[in-house]
Amino acid sequence: MSESGYADAQPRMGFFTDTSVCIGCKACEVACKEWNAVPAPDDPSGMDLLGLSYDNTGDLGANNWRHVAFIEQQVPASRVNKSDVDNLGMPTIGAPEQEDDTGVRWLMSSDVCKHCTHAACLDVCPTGALFRTEFDTVVVQPDICNGCGYCVPACPYGVIEKREDDGRAFKCTLCYDRIGDGLEPACAKACPTDSIQYGEVSELRQRAVERKQALHADGVTEARLYGDDPDDGVGGTGAFFLLLDEPEVYGLPPDPVVTTRDLPAMWRRAGAAALGVAAAVVASFAGARR
Amino acid sequence: MSRAQPSRRERAMVEPAEFRSYYGRPIVKEPAWEQPDVPLYLFLGGTAGASASMATMARVSGLPKLARVGTLVAAGGSLASVAALIHDLGRPERFLYMLRVFKPTSPLSVGSWILAPFSGLATASAASMLTGRLRPIGTLAGGAAGLLGPAMCTYTAVLLADTATPAWHEGRGDLPVLFAGSAATSGAGAALLLVPATETAPARRLGLAGAAAELAAGHRLEHNLGVVSETYRGGRAGTLLKAGKALTALGAGLSLLSKRSRVAAAAAGAAYLAAGVCTRFGVYAAGVASARDPKYTVVPQRERMARTGSPGQ
Repeated sequence: MSESGYADAQPRMGFFTDTSVCIGCKACEVACKEWNAVPAPDDPSGMDLLGLSYDNTGDLGANNWRHVAFIEQQVPASRVNKSDVDNLGMPTIGAPEQEDDTGVRWLMSSDVCKHCTHAACLDVCPTGALFRTEFDTVVVQPDICNGCGYCVPACPYGVIEKREDDGRAFKCTLCYDRIGDGLEPACAKACPTDSIQYGEVSELRQRAVERKQALHADGVTEARLYGDDPDDGVGGTGAFFLLLDEPEVYGLPPDPVVTTRDLPAMWRRAGAAALGVAAAVVASFAGARR
Repeated sequence: MSRAQPSRRERAMVEPAEFRSYYGRPIVKEPAWEQPDVPLYLFLGGTAGASASMATMARVSGLPKLARVGTLVAAGGSLASVAALIHDLGRPERFLYMLRVFKPTSPLSVGSWILAPFSGLATASAASMLTGRLRPIGTLAGGAAGLLGPAMCTYTAVLLADTATPAWHEGRGDLPVLFAGSAATSGAGAALLLVPATETAPARRLGLAGAAAELAAGHRLEHNLGVVSETYRGGRAGTLLKAGKALTALGAGLSLLSKRSRVAAAAAGAAYLAAGVCTRFGVYAAGVASARDPKYTVVPQRERMARTGSPGQ
């Protein structure tokens, strides 16, 4: 029996997003929108220039199920392209770099729904519209969702969102309609550098550890995995990442916890408070009988 | 040797929190609920719950005017609460889907299963009372609503706390007490406003108890949640919660004069009810503010990691 409740009928499927080879092309965003018929932003112009970076998608939401983050950082020149592992073989020009020169590095990362082992959105959904599939992914049934919006603030990653003109909540389905037919999700299919890898989570986790070790051996010691740990606050995620900086730099929470983990304590607290109300009401009538 | 006395403003601040973010953009989504729908739903539900319990006790204690007002407020408040909840749905025509399943992991599911029978029972009780028909059934329904009343007062605190919204989740220990107190003062307020002084002694006492709980829990939210407490003190939330506290204290003070003065009683009741509205809107605003700034997501999580040395603890 897996942590998420499914007996071993079907291996858990997920994504390993290796951001060290992401080139920020956004093919994943486009492929996702095309396959899933995800509409343009609510903004009628369809264009939302954020003026922060080359990223004008901004965040995940009802109308963005993949989001490519773009971060520009100043680093010592010696850190730029140090690694053979992520050297794409581009020609270089200019004078040899000096040790104290300032360089720039770009971090790009394609974010997606994490398909948590312990998914808060699924836990708090009052209608059962959100459910766990046989692939251990988390999917919204649009014919059940009544747009209560509870899943939106419940997600520790800020992934799921209500679509304004529709009223219901939407997010990545891990291409439920494709993977059932043995196809890989549209984003992974479109990714030109294999930054987005789809497969069995157990195998992807192994591959991720090997990749991290290769990067470390190559001097990229800041490489780290995010979401691969089954002991983290959400029980590990079905979609996990290799990052080159702290999670919050990419807009990811450093230590997410599924809010329902504390729910038994909250119910106890609310129950005690309710008993307090009952006791106060009864006590306030003491001697009130006429 | 001694440093210059820092200004009042500086002293009030915690050490400026260092944190990194993605262009200062939020990490968690702010609550998708509408204002005023959901804060009103919280206020009306709490007021109705406390009123129903008061009405039941008043019926048992032979206080017919208090029982009558409590019954009517319970019915009206819960029906309005249901209306606010349905209005807030993205697909209001699917409101019955709320009762499709019963899910203990979803406070909104549990809440729907409390609110639906409560509003039905409270309405049946009020209808029986107003029409004079089926009295025994009306009394039974009123009694059942009275038993459910305390749950109506506090389940909404879990509804808010069971999210990733930092101000609400971090405040999960205090919100149930705050909401219980606020519901009690609001229920008492409605009675003080509408019931003659001969029958309001229980409401007066309940109001004082509720005010004490509300002020104590509010103080803890404003000071004991580390950096997240800022969201309860500053901005729109801070203004509303300060107004709520002042009105609660005013209501409590005026209620002491309400035995002799009908005007004081009505003013106390109005102050209590206004306090309830301010408190619910204030707590809601604190949640929104805490979701908008990534600081309140990143800093507490980093502090927790530093404290426990491992993720997810």
